[in-house]
Amino acid sequence: MAQLSLKKIEKVYPNGFKAVHGVDLEVRDGEFMVFVGPSGCAKSTLLRMIAGLETITGGELRIGDKLVNDLAPKQRGIAMVFQNYALYPHMKVYENLAFGLKLAGTPKAEVDSRVRHAAQLLEMEHLLDRYPKQLSGGQAQRVAVGRAIVKKPEVFLFDEPLSNLDAKLRASMRVRLTELHRTLRESGQPATVVYVTHDQVEAMTMGQRICVLKDGVIQQVDTPTALYDRPANAFVAGFIGSPEMNIHAAELQPMGSGLAVMLGGVALPLPESKAEKLRSRSGAIKFGLRPEHVSAVARPQGDSLAVPATVRFMEHMGSEVFVHFDIGAVPLTARVPADQLNGLAEKMRGEAHHFHLQLASCHLFDAESGANLLL
Amino acid sequence: MSREGQAPGRSQAGPHPLGGSTDVRVGRGASMILPRDRGNPLLRYIALGVVAVVMLYPLLWLIGASFKGNAEIFTEIGVWPSRFDFTAYAKGWKTSTEYTFATYFLNSFLITVPRIIVTVISCVLVAYAFARFEFWGKKFLFSIMVGTMMLPLIILRLPQYLMFKELGWLDTYVPLILPSAFATDTFFVFMLVQFLRGIPRDMEEAAQIDGCNALQLLWHIIVPLLKPAIISVIVFQFIWTMNDFMGPLIYLSTVEKYPVSLALKMSIGATEEVEWASVIAISVVALIPSVGVFFLAQRHFIEGATSSGVKG
Repeated sequence: MAQLSLKKIEKVYPNGFKAVHGVDLEVRDGEFMVFVGPSGCAKSTLLRMIAGLETITGGELRIGDKLVNDLAPKQRGIAMVFQNYALYPHMKVYENLAFGLKLAGTPKAEVDSRVRHAAQLLEMEHLLDRYPKQLSGGQAQRVAVGRAIVKKPEVFLFDEPLSNLDAKLRASMRVRLTELHRTLRESGQPATVVYVTHDQVEAMTMGQRICVLKDGVIQQVDTPTALYDRPANAFVAGFIGSPEMNIHAAELQPMGSGLAVMLGGVALPLPESKAEKLRSRSGAIKFGLRPEHVSAVARPQGDSLAVPATVRFMEHMGSEVFVHFDIGAVPLTARVPADQLNGLAEKMRGEAHHFHLQLASCHLFDAESGANLLL
Repeated sequence: MSREGQAPGRSQAGPHPLGGSTDVRVGRGASMILPRDRGNPLLRYIALGVVAVVMLYPLLWLIGASFKGNAEIFTEIGVWPSRFDFTAYAKGWKTSTEYTFATYFLNSFLITVPRIIVTVISCVLVAYAFARFEFWGKKFLFSIMVGTMMLPLIILRLPQYLMFKELGWLDTYVPLILPSAFATDTFFVFMLVQFLRGIPRDMEEAAQIDGCNALQLLWHIIVPLLKPAIISVIVFQFIWTMNDFMGPLIYLSTVEKYPVSLALKMSIGATEEVEWASVIAISVVALIPSVGVFFLAQRHFIEGATSSGVKG
């Protein structure tokens, strides 16, 4: 069993800077957990603390049932893949893979079979005789992953492993790593994975659960769909999803028997289900609506609200178009399928158009704390 | 953190101040493509060739003079001898003492080789500590160490002499070797520290996770990465120790123990008329080990160490 348990984990640097603020987290056995957040959110620090490369200044870290706070990296049963691959340049690929096993005194035959098995798993048998400098970025990355696999660790740690690859290779490595996780589980070597990335696409596509961090504090831990549908706060809402959710300061006002959001001088009546949760509230809030919940044509379901706006510019992505427009003085983005532009394509900057907002999918956050008011 | 530093040898794109081609790579293994020079290449080669000959002339003259007689040496300025006579080499090799130069070369190696070994071990250990560990007073100690580089060696001679005399080690090779076992060649320590600072730590962290302790890390990872710097240390220490005259002069009194540098001086100091050709011939022979070591190691000076294992 290799669940990972963090209890009130803290990191205070000698100069007094507190990088990690009492993190509580349980990573289940065999789970693929992704740490995601903007740069400087201490996600890598947290990973390095799990690895034993960074001291833990407070709290308890357990791998399995073992308290590992003061154990050396090699005693923790972990393997790590680095952003820069960190292959040993003076050793051939085979030796790179075998190095850790040799240090541990593994019998030669066992080393050989494990290295060959890992090489086969990653389709790199033909690379075993090469030096790291003879490898391409993607190959080096595979070797780095292989070096982790041969150790049969209880926990795999990945520190932004794909950020040095080009976009195309990154996409294929993403699939490969996800498949690898599945293969390992099916072959009876289930791997608990902690994967650090700043790329929310990687997080959404790879993670079984995602831990969103900001300034050394966990914002939310949940499945990708839950993060997308029910963000705990405005930060998570803005971070998950591309293009970013439209989040703007707005005013909550009573309207008839219900409530309305005043955004850029336009009153947006809230659906009853949402208004119910906000019974006693009024005043300043933050209004959030994902670009995919704004369309250029009325929804056939009839649940969208037409709002007058002025078009600013469009970004053509092929199958879809990101339309930037203003409601009053408030800038918003819509993500519109290319075949539903409804005459938008001919519109010039500054021309008026009615956009259709799906208010049933909107989010409302506290103006101060940013907490989601609808949860 | 070091990995954020610019990797050596990385390409820097951007407009070059001289205009024209802009591919300028910096650091080890650097290549520069600058705008084409419009001058005549022939003139350029002639000018450079002339300067090279002027710089090399004393060396060429030395080799030529080893074949000349006393009279010719002092009258002819030309390099080319009138005849090729190797008797000076044979004579010089025999020396005026009871030992041949083979003894003196052996003595030189008996000093140089152990000294290089202890220098490399001690300097690498000290540099590793300064570059990779945090300990109390590190900055202060490092500045003291760098400060000793400015110290003229000559002022240490007297106290060192008295110390070794007390220990009864005069007229042995120990005073010539032992100090180096304590990383007193601070220039080397400084050089290795600087080199280590340029190596990203990722590989060491990977090795730590692979199960290395501090010493295994040094042996399996740091030393291979430091190879080019260590070879520089070996070459410099070899040349400096082979050429050292003052140290052996002070500590050694038995002719049997003299290294080449002292033996050369001795062959000039005889009372009868000096056979300059023999002295020069042996000087030429004495140059061979240093030149040989330099050329053997030259390849490694240029070899980059780190850019291959880490991308960054």
